[in-house]
This record gives sequence, structure tokens and C-alpha cells, in this order.
Amino acid sequence: MTKYKQIRIVLNNCGVIDPENIEESIARDSYMALGKCITEMTPQDVIKEIKESGLRGRGGGGFPTGLKWEIASKNHADQKYVVCNADEGDPGAFMDRSVLEGDPHAVLEAMAICGYAIGATKGLIYIRAEYPMAIKRLKIAIDQALEYGLLGNNIFGSKFDFNIELRYGAGAFVCGEETSLIHSMEGLRGEPTIKPPFPAEKGYLGKPTNVNNVETFACVPIIIRKGASWFNKIGTEKSKGTKVFALAGKVNNVGLIEVPMGTTLREVIFEIGGGIQNGKKFKAVQTGGPSGGCLTEKHLDTPIDFDNLIAAGSMMGSGGMIVMDEDNCMVSVAKFYLDFTVEESCGKCSPCRIGNKRLYELLERITKGQGVMDDLQRLRNMSNVIKDTSLCGLGQTSPNPVLSTLDNFYDEYVAHIKDHKCPAGQCKDLMKYFIIAENCVGCTACARVCPVGAITGEKKEPHFINSEICIKCGACMERCKFDAIIIK
Amino acid sequence: MSRIKVKIKEKDLNIIKEICKSFNNEQGELINVLHKTQEHFGYLPAEIQEVVAKELEMSVAKVYGVVTFYSFFTMKPKGKFPISICTGTACYVRGAENVLGEFKRQLNIEVGETTPDGKFSLSCLRCVGACGLAPVVLVGDKTYGRVSPEGVKDILAEYNDK
Ligand SMILES: Cc1cc2nc3c(=O)[nH]c(=O)nc-3n(C[C@H](O)[C@H](O)[C@H](O)COP(=O)(O)O)c2cc1C
Ligand code: SF4
Ligand code: SF4
Ligand code: SF4
Ligand code: FES
Repeated sequence: MTKYKQIRIVLNNCGVIDPENIEESIARDSYMALGKCITEMTPQDVIKEIKESGLRGRGGGGFPTGLKWEIASKNHADQKYVVCNADEGDPGAFMDRSVLEGDPHAVLEAMAICGYAIGATKGLIYIRAEYPMAIKRLKIAIDQALEYGLLGNNIFGSKFDFNIELRYGAGAFVCGEETSLIHSMEGLRGEPTIKPPFPAEKGYLGKPTNVNNVETFACVPIIIRKGASWFNKIGTEKSKGTKVFALAGKVNNVGLIEVPMGTTLREVIFEIGGGIQNGKKFKAVQTGGPSGGCLTEKHLDTPIDFDNLIAAGSMMGSGGMIVMDEDNCMVSVAKFYLDFTVEESCGKCSPCRIGNKRLYELLERITKGQGVMDDLQRLRNMSNVIKDTSLCGLGQTSPNPVLSTLDNFYDEYVAHIKDHKCPAGQCKDLMKYFIIAENCVGCTACARVCPVGAITGEKKEPHFINSEICIKCGACMERCKFDAIIIK
Repeated sequence: MSRIKVKIKEKDLNIIKEICKSFNNEQGELINVLHKTQEHFGYLPAEIQEVVAKELEMSVAKVYGVVTFYSFFTMKPKGKFPISICTGTACYVRGAENVLGEFKRQLNIEVGETTPDGKFSLSCLRCVGACGLAPVVLVGDKTYGRVSPEGVKDILAEYNDK
């Protein structure tokens, strides 16, 4: 069973140390790696070590971190910047928040290491304003590190200076995209711009800027301390190390997990997650947030890594992992993500601004039982156009939830269109609550719980639901102990 | 900008000016200025945006563009007890939609609106990081977990005589 064990690299200190006390971090080797870099290694050595470790960006794209640093190091300028992307916009994920709240020094140390490697003296953390606790801990950590001479000028008595400031997001998902993030830090609307130029050439205030995700940074100190060859033994051939996931949805054990790359979805959902709640049947697992897709039964034994998830029609994303059971309607799930995208699209380019809205409308039609079979081909065509022609990663990936549910749950779409039925019983417009008179003992429990008074009936007599009044909230069905209430 | 004559009191005007000054009246600090201003006033009506624009020497359109781009900024005052329903994925999968519907029905307002008595306002949030407790509802700073549509009545009742 050792294979299933969780390994703590990123979450190593979380919950173990008092994050507001730097001495506890130092006692667990914080800033040792920075010291080693500055006193024993050249910037080139550091980049070489990170390259050899095989570390890839945890923010979603999986770009090799060492290579990114190398590019930034080769662009010369009077000022360069290291940016930590702590925008964490995936709605259902909180890995980065946990790292920042539980082990802020790991991120600060890594940013300084990056600064040393690429020749930058300024670091910026772009963090969501919705994370007040993480902001507070970071401020404390920065102050303490300055006080101990681990940040600031002449770190470890060397000539290396590194200072870190915070910048706040203001609730826009697209600001997680790096060009957009940079504009937001400059005080502008967070609209993406075409790459190239990449941030490594022209980033914050037009200067070379290296952007990495929180979790990517959190891997760096331990790689320097234990060596690239230690790190690259963990994981799969092309995806090294571990990945933190926020496991949520209909599994028994929800929460943060950290597993080596290459662990299968089955191990995560059934071993670590303890299987599906209430003995229901597993239906799908969504990874990659609004950019990802829904994977099914047939993908359960796929080892999780960057490339396998893409091949399966989803992606790693930042680490949200939402498990769904037989009661979740896949058309509605696709609609849920599209709703998110439509709201978060910055509106700069038309395929994303208009196309996603049209996709959403089609899905809405289908969930209301008003779809036609041609809609399915329309969904596909439009999805492909949006993917191919959108300016930034948001639009380029937004149709994925639609495409992956079309691929894996085609029959469910057809049932909505042809039979006007939602097999999962989730689409309200397609269902009616109904009491089976023979099963009803007249206990009145349902009538008491109905928020709109739609249920009538005498005590000990069969009850009746007035479907004109019923708002289809499902409360009565949950309450009935006699299985007398069904959805038709 | 002679139009700034409505609503803003001298005292408030000075507060906004102070905030802008604390960021050196720099245009690049616009978002930070807005954060601080909203923290103080609770929302950012057009009149306040005009003052900020003037202080930072930029067009009101630019300020308005930024305020409306970011969902954290609001131009409408919130209720005394702002209710936020998490509609992140985990909460959605566990039925946040029904909970939201029940709040809308009981308060008779839509998302983004405030009750006429100014007591409750309704908004949606995306993942507050308590997915294990899904569906999650926040009233002010207080978190309610595993909320069901029937539970909505009880939550509102807690604030009835406050
Ligand atoms: C729409 C969109 C949203 C993104 N959101 C995030 C985010 O919340 N956090 C993050 O680290 N990266 C996010 N990214 C990826 C960043 O653009 C960037 O690739 C990443 O921060 C690079 O860091 P890494 O190489 O360490 O992954 C997002 C990308 C897109 C297109
Ligand atoms: S793809 Fe969408 S989010 Fe990205 S630039 Fe275009 S409109 Fe904006
Ligand atoms: S709860 Fe069930 S058994 Fe009781 S009155 Fe309602 S339908 Fe009948
Ligand atoms: S579904 Fe909700 S509204 Fe309809 S009868 Fe049952 S409890 Fe009442
Ligand atoms: S999705 Fe609601 S708390 Fe995470």
C-alpha cells in the first residue's frame, strides 16, 4: 500500500509550524536553501539544479520552471521582477491559500532564490483580496524575514538584495493569467495581451518578469536542500514531484491531499477519498477547473500527470478535483462552468465574449428540454472555433467542460433533447415531484418541511404535491422516510 | 470638476484625498486606492470615483473602467448583514443552487440587491476554502456549513431582532 501514501513536500510544514513565528520555520530548515544558493552556488548552478529536478509549473500550464528561469536570466535589464501568482481563481480550490497560510516562508525563500538565479532584486506577490488570513501571515512573515536579515539588503552578508511587496487582486478570474496579472499590478483593468512578448522579456513596468505559481515556488527550497536527483525520483517520467489537490464533492473524505505524480484517480478517489458518499455510484471527476474536463470510470486507472490528463481531455489545472455521483447531471455541470466563464471573460476578444455566451444559451436550452439534435453539432463546432481563436488561455480552454461531457456523456445530452428527461434528476425544468399514494403513510413530515406549502393532505392520509406551487427544492424527498416521494 | 457637489461631505472628501496621498497620488496604485476607499466607505459610488480620478489626475472613465472590471468593487451599498452564498464547484455539486434560490425567495431580492430596509444583501462568492462543509453560506464574517434550503429560515431568524 506504500504506493498510495501521501508524500508531503509542499505541505511539509503546513499545520506543523506556527506560521507567525519565523524561528519555528528556521528550525525546520527554512532559508537554508537560500543560504546555500547565495554562499555556495552561482546563479547558473541554481538554474541547472531546478532544470534537472524536472519541476514544472503548478499554476496549470506545466511549463518547465528551470527553463523559464533561464530565459529570464538571459534577458538583461536594469531591473527585473519575480512575481508569485497567488490569485487562485479556480472556484473549488484552495491549495495555494493553504500553503501561504501554513508555510509562508517557503514561498518567500523560493522567490528570493529565483531572484538570485535570474538577477532580480524585487519580488511581488499578487494575492486575492479574498484571502485576508493569508495576507496577514505573509505580511508578518516578510517583516520577520527582514528583521532576521533573510530578506532585504545584503542577505547572508552577501551583495544580494531582495525585497518583497504584496499586490492585491480584486476578484477577477482572468487576472490569474500572467499578462493580465501584470496589468492588474500596474493598476489597470486586468485584460490579457498577446504573447509574445512573454513576461520574461517584457513584464511588469516593461521589465523582464518571472511569474510562478505559489505551489511551484513551494517546491524550490526542498529541491535545493535535497538535490534535483532526490526530487526527480518522485513522480512519472515527464512530471516530477508531487501535486496538491483540493479533493471535494461527493467523496467521503474531502480536503487537501498531496500525492506523487503518477498516482491514479482511483487511488485518490477510493483510497484516499474513501469512496463515494452514501454508497452512491461514482460518475465523474472534474479536474482543471473551468479549463478542464470531466473524466469517467474509464479514466480511473490513468496515472495523474500533466500529459496524461491532457490526453484524456482534461488538464491538471491548479489542483481542484471535484467528484460527482449519479445525481449530478453532466449537461448542468458543463453549464455551470460556462456560466462561470461567461461571467469572468474579460470581453476583449469576440470568440470568448460572444461564443461562450452562445454556448451557454445552447446548454440552457437543452437543460430546459427545448434543445434539438443539431444543437450537439453546433456545440462542438462553436467550441472548436472558440478554442482556436481566443486570445488568452481563458477562452482557449473554456469549451473543455462542454467537449469532455459531450465525449463522455453523449447519451445524457440525447436524453435531455429526445426524451425531455434529465437522467440524474437535476434539471428542474424537466422534473416533477410526485407522491406515490400507496407508499405514503401520511406522517406530514414533507408538508412541514416544504418551504412553499405545496403539499397538502390529512394526517395518516396520502399526501399530494401541487406542482403549480412546487419550486422543486427537493426538501420533501429528503425528509420522507418511506420512499413515497419520487421525481418523474 | 464642478460636478462634485452632491452627497460628498467635506470630511469624506478629505478622507479620500488622504488615501490617495498615502499612495503618492500614483496612477499605478489605483487598485490599492480603491481597496482602501471601499474599506472605508463600504462601496464606491460615482461621486467617490470622481474624486479619486481628480486626485490621481486621470479620467473618470479609467477609474470607472477599473471599478466595474473587478467584482470585488461595488457601486451599491451592501446590507447591514451581507449574505454571501458560495457557488464554487464543490458547493454547486452539493446543491448551493437550491440554497441560493431559497434565500432569493425568502428575502425577495436578486443577487447583488439589498432588501428595502437595508438589512440583508445577497451576493455569490466562489470558493471560500471550506469545501468540506459545502454548501457554505457566509453572513458577514460568520460561516454556515452544510446549509440546506430548509436551514435558510433558521439562519435568517438569527438576525431578525438585530
Ligand atoms: C484564465 C487563466 C487563469 C489562471 N489562473 C491562475 C491562477 O489562479 N494561479 C496561477 O498560479 N496560475 C494561473 N494561470 C496560469 C498563469 O498564467 C501562469 O501560467 C502561471 O502563473 C505560471 O506559473 P507556473 O509556471 O509556476 O505554473 C492562469 C492562466 C489562465 C489562462
Ligand atoms: S479569451 Fe476571453 S478572457 Fe481571454 S482575452 Fe479574450 S475575452 Fe478576455
Ligand atoms: S413524508 Fe412521505 S410518508 Fe410522510 S406524508 Fe410525506 S410523502 Fe407521505
Ligand atoms: S420539492 Fe420542495 S417545493 Fe416541491 S413539494 Fe417538495 S418541498 Fe415543496
Ligand atoms: S466551493 Fe464552496 S467552499 Fe469551496
